[in-house]
Amino acid sequence: MTQYLEFEKPLAEIEGKAEELRALGRANEEMDVADEAAALDVKAEALLRDLYKNLTAWRKCQVARHPERPHCRDYIEALFTEFTPLAGDRNFADDHAVMGGLARLDDRPVMVIGQEKGSDTKSRILHNFGMARPEGYRKAVRLMEMADRFGLPVITLVDTPGAFPGKGAEERGQSEAIARSTEKCLQIGVPLISVIIGEGGSGGAVALATADRVAMLEHSVYSVITPEGCASILWKDAEKMREAAEAMRLTAQELRKLGVVDRLIDEPLGGAHRDRDASIKAVGKALNAMLAEMDGKTPAALIKNRREKFLAMGSKGLAA
Amino acid sequence: MNWITNYVRPRINSIFSRREMPENLWQKCDECGTMLFHRELSDNLNVCTNCGHHMAISPRERFKALFDGGVFSEIAVPEPVADPLHFRDQKKYPDRMKAAQKSTGEKEAMLVAFGEMGRTPIVAVAQDFAFMGGSMGMYVGNAIIAAAEHAVKLKRPLILFSAAGGARMQEGILSLMQMPRTTVAVQMLKEAGLPYIVVLTHPTTGGVTASYAMLGDVQIAEPNALICFAGPRVIEQTIREKLPEGFQRAEYLLDHGMLDRVTKRTEMRDELITITRMLLGLPPAIRGDLPAPEPESPPAEAAKPAKQSENDPKPKPATSK
Repeated sequence: MTQYLEFEKPLAEIEGKAEELRALGRANEEMDVADEAAALDVKAEALLRDLYKNLTAWRKCQVARHPERPHCRDYIEALFTEFTPLAGDRNFADDHAVMGGLARLDDRPVMVIGQEKGSDTKSRILHNFGMARPEGYRKAVRLMEMADRFGLPVITLVDTPGAFPGKGAEERGQSEAIARSTEKCLQIGVPLISVIIGEGGSGGAVALATADRVAMLEHSVYSVITPEGCASILWKDAEKMREAAEAMRLTAQELRKLGVVDRLIDEPLGGAHRDRDASIKAVGKALNAMLAEMDGKTPAALIKNRREKFLAMGSKGLAA
Repeated sequence: MNWITNYVRPRINSIFSRREMPENLWQKCDECGTMLFHRELSDNLNVCTNCGHHMAISPRERFKALFDGGVFSEIAVPEPVADPLHFRDQKKYPDRMKAAQKSTGEKEAMLVAFGEMGRTPIVAVAQDFAFMGGSMGMYVGNAIIAAAEHAVKLKRPLILFSAAGGARMQEGILSLMQMPRTTVAVQMLKEAGLPYIVVLTHPTTGGVTASYAMLGDVQIAEPNALICFAGPRVIEQTIREKLPEGFQRAEYLLDHGMLDRVTKRTEMRDELITITRMLLGLPPAIRGDLPAPEPESPPAEAAKPAKQSENDPKPKPATSK
């Protein structure tokens, strides 16, 4: 059963009715419901197409946060082989919000690192809803260093509401850990490819997404602060998140226009959660294409280009 | 022209203008409530003479106290695109900018300068919390890059005074991109073997702490400065428990190994001189009052790059549209 988002309610009604009809048909053999149900399906698809044609920024945020959206673990399990998780920051703990390790992408060994939100109550708590603590970023730094030493490309999958705002996280240097992770991204002489698969939440995202190529799924978002946070600061009212989402230009499409994102990855109609396999396949294709773009580049050239890319970043606005 | 305009109005005006004077002569310490005489307070670098509380100080005032004889040369910062997102909340972003410019008398939230400190040539950059919470947008990014480029060109250490609520939301993702961008600036200094010293002042939070403000070779903070990634209110809302006394304050961070030192503002200059001179392998500084130096004429090679980038309207975009 799909979970419907708030704006999908009319769709839920139609799909619900079609489902009911079919159930009735199964229970009662004399009734012929196939035609009617099919008509409802057509109607539902048209509505879905219509709803998703021009999603507002806030609706995109809701789709990006959809609990059934494929998460980091789903991508890693489906796209990579021989995934061997590597744990710990060698300092304090292993942070389950950040998963990472050695894996093969089309037989090619790589280091894959990503934020995992979890998919049910238990795993969400284990993964802290994808909000990393300093240990997570320090683990990422350690894995990036290792990848650099052995010449393995690094792939990061970003999906986080933001870095964890907690007492222990602050005491152990959350800001320093994020700063060092961003710094490490800029230092490694191997290709660094990043895909924002859901939410790109502020510094917690940029710490893994300071990459040679940054791709975003069609309905993913990437912003300096959550719309709710922005609304409560600038509007003094967290309920103004729709306005804040709009004003921040956080959709993949606008970020592409701003030159912050290099590539958009199409999602199936109705969002990645409606056809997880297709989304995962599309991400795999994009990863391979972006990795191929990095082929033959020397470590020095990779570092130089990455730095130049980010030095130029934020010198250009939306075309007036 | 009549009796009213010629006689009455000037009289009325003069009565009011006379009363304006004494208003700003005294300032109340926000901590202990002592009334402090303005001259005494500014002589003590806005540190309360009674309780030692560190009040805000503008970048310009700070530089006057930092550089020998108060003499420094400003480094021009390339202008970024104004209002890149056409952002509007309850007010338009350009209107907020204008209000901040009017109230601070500064163009933006960061001041970059070079000069001598205890006869030690340095480049310094200071953030202005009074200007839209010191928030880091494209201008602040440009300022830090300009500072780092000058430091590398002139082979001088860079001293950065941070003060910010975080990233400038009105510039959206472009403000977030200043995190990697300023990190590149810090790397330029490190690769040139130049000291990068960060002085964290009250408050330094959010994306600023999570980028250039935590990457110094030496990390010094002013007493009781709030330094954090997520602010105390956000944390209390998340974990729903009271935070310990002094949480996220300079001394707390020092105890948790996140800082090298906590130093009073009145002793900061001497300490910065001592540290930079040792890192640069220079002999100890001569203590005591020295005659003010000649204002450093901006060396040709120093002034050029800022000019060039200023005239270059379109720095190369990262990717095509």
